[in-house]
Amino acid sequence: MIAKVTLAKAVAAATGRVGHGGTTLPGRVARTFDRDLVGRLSRRLAHGAVVVSATNGKTTTCAMIAGIMQGADMRVVRNREGANLTAGIASALLKDSSLKGHPRSEIGLFEVDEAVFPEVAAQSQPRIVLLMNLFRDQLDRYGELEHIAELWRKAVGELSDRTMTVLNADDPLVAELAALRPGKTLSYGVEDKSAGGMVMQHASDSKYCSCGSPFDYEVVFIGHMGIYSCPSCKRSRPSPAVYAEKIRLDGMRGSSFTLVTPDDSIEISLALPGLYNIYNALGAAACCYSLDIPLKKIQAGLEAFSAAFGRVERFSIQGKPVCLLLVKNPAGFNEVVRTLMIEPGQKSLLLALNDKIADGRDISWIWDVDLEMLAGSVVSAVCSGTRAEEMAMRLKYAGLGEESLSARPDLRKALQEALDRTPEGETLFVLPTYTAMLALRQLIHEHFKTDRELGDLVWK
Amino acid sequence: MEVRIAHLYPTLMNIYADRGNIITLVQQCRWRGIDVRVDEFGLDEVPDWRAYDFFYLGGGQDREQQLVCRDLALKGAGLEEAIEEGAVLLSVCGGYQLLGDYYRTAAGETMDGIGLFKAHTVAGDRRCIGNVIVESEIGGRRLTLVGFENHSGKTYLDEGQQPLGRVVSGFGNNAEDGSEGVVYRNAIGTYMHGPLLPKNADLTDFVLEESLRHHHGPSVELPRLEHSFEDAAHQAAIRITRG
Repeated sequence: MIAKVTLAKAVAAATGRVGHGGTTLPGRVARTFDRDLVGRLSRRLAHGAVVVSATNGKTTTCAMIAGIMQGADMRVVRNREGANLTAGIASALLKDSSLKGHPRSEIGLFEVDEAVFPEVAAQSQPRIVLLMNLFRDQLDRYGELEHIAELWRKAVGELSDRTMTVLNADDPLVAELAALRPGKTLSYGVEDKSAGGMVMQHASDSKYCSCGSPFDYEVVFIGHMGIYSCPSCKRSRPSPAVYAEKIRLDGMRGSSFTLVTPDDSIEISLALPGLYNIYNALGAAACCYSLDIPLKKIQAGLEAFSAAFGRVERFSIQGKPVCLLLVKNPAGFNEVVRTLMIEPGQKSLLLALNDKIADGRDISWIWDVDLEMLAGSVVSAVCSGTRAEEMAMRLKYAGLGEESLSARPDLRKALQEALDRTPEGETLFVLPTYTAMLALRQLIHEHFKTDRELGDLVWK
Repeated sequence: MEVRIAHLYPTLMNIYADRGNIITLVQQCRWRGIDVRVDEFGLDEVPDWRAYDFFYLGGGQDREQQLVCRDLALKGAGLEEAIEEGAVLLSVCGGYQLLGDYYRTAAGETMDGIGLFKAHTVAGDRRCIGNVIVESEIGGRRLTLVGFENHSGKTYLDEGQQPLGRVVSGFGNNAEDGSEGVVYRNAIGTYMHGPLLPKNADLTDFVLEESLRHHHGPSVELPRLEHSFEDAAHQAAIRITRG
């Protein structure tokens, strides 16, 4: 084992400076000579490992949890975003261990892809598993939603008795996992019915109970997440132990809510917009509550949090305020649009749709987004990315006037045009898919003057 | 003038942004000054088959598809009669499979389809995923169609059945014989989503014109519509597919 870690660390040193994608290489190499590397290294962590998975929000939530842990003086080893397959976790653990294979950190925090969760959960024997939601993501990568749900059921059923499972009560596909873990789960959810709607959004995924009947929804919060019950088998949404009430959404500026745990409650002000970020904060809070971190520290960590890489960022270019919001699947995109619509006035937009593997080659998902909400509220929408033309056409069918639309596949030209079309004093909202977000950062870093140093905004 | 659309199982069979096809039909009718009505039919809800010009059946996940398969058995005769009388139908992926003779799963079980299309589907061992270009001839016109496919079932047309087109790039019905989809009278089955109609303006013209004629008689002509956004998306899809 010692020799293997040493060799693996040499690989890490040799490949650590590669830049894009270099983060998983040492782990991939090391795992070829020790298939159980993640398990061996993570079992040596004094406080064990936390494994987080979801379709939406895992990067933001992990960043929140890490902030809270650090505020509670815990030394954390994390995999970096974009390295959320097993090899990325192995790389992070290797980098954190001494030459003898002893971790420097006390606790592991691993964000994992939905499809990889079973493998990581089995290998790392986590202390806590946080499962947040399952939405349709990019079907051409992962196969169908039900397939992932089945993988999760199997993986959760096989967890060790010592693992605590933290589950989102409002997502039926996630909440039902509690039945597999009697007494070893903590559920969280939203208890403020005024934060939801009665109408199921089009991007919703899991409307059917496992018995085959459609759920009745009292309230829908996001997509298929809400307060539901099955009229035929009587299964219903469990009452969450950790929940948010008295929610106030304040457009792009942020939100606030009361966080309630079985012991206490506390006011939280988030600098992040939208109900989706309240769900992220709830997941982080429930996870940290299970780790016995005091509520005050949870509050401090959440309130100090700005945004995970590329999720919501504000800066200004050429004197114009710019707000960057990542969009990567229908549910997330819907929430971004819904949050934008809380902002007063006519919007200036740049939408960048790429169809690379990390975005999903299949772009049909943009037709599942309720872009119709934008009709009548947009001054200009410049569309860019490899599938700029499809995005422009989608917006035409959403009811935006053709005169407000343009398709400029070249990102640099598109960004300049979008800035030019943004009226003085107004904000340009930039909505890119994942690889378009990476390209935009690079581009802004190299070619556009910004109001602050963008070094930390560039992918490393 | 009016087009009456019946959307079958919209909450069950909607996996590949199928509502994009409905949005396209509705908006294009509005822009042309044609009245349009969309009624949705779920499990146990039976349309008045003669009251619709266009039927849509999208793709679903396995669990949903099994529910629909059982229900569709009760609707098959009515739907077939409507097609014989000239109604238009578009079925995509799972919907296409269910309108054939049968689907044989990997476990060897057989799910019966309604047999509108003389075709059958068998589970394959790998998924056919990616952008597709198809050369088609429909309504006497040669068209290039673009879309995206994602299916593991392999569909085989019976002898003499007309495919929607020939695959130029992609897998098509079964990744073997170069055929894509099927056409029987005005009923179309295809693996192409994307969705299909928005960026294939000529095909959309064809299905809308046939729908109007079903309602108002064979001499009706579809008012023309400018479609530069649609053509730009079509060309971009071809560029991306060809690499």
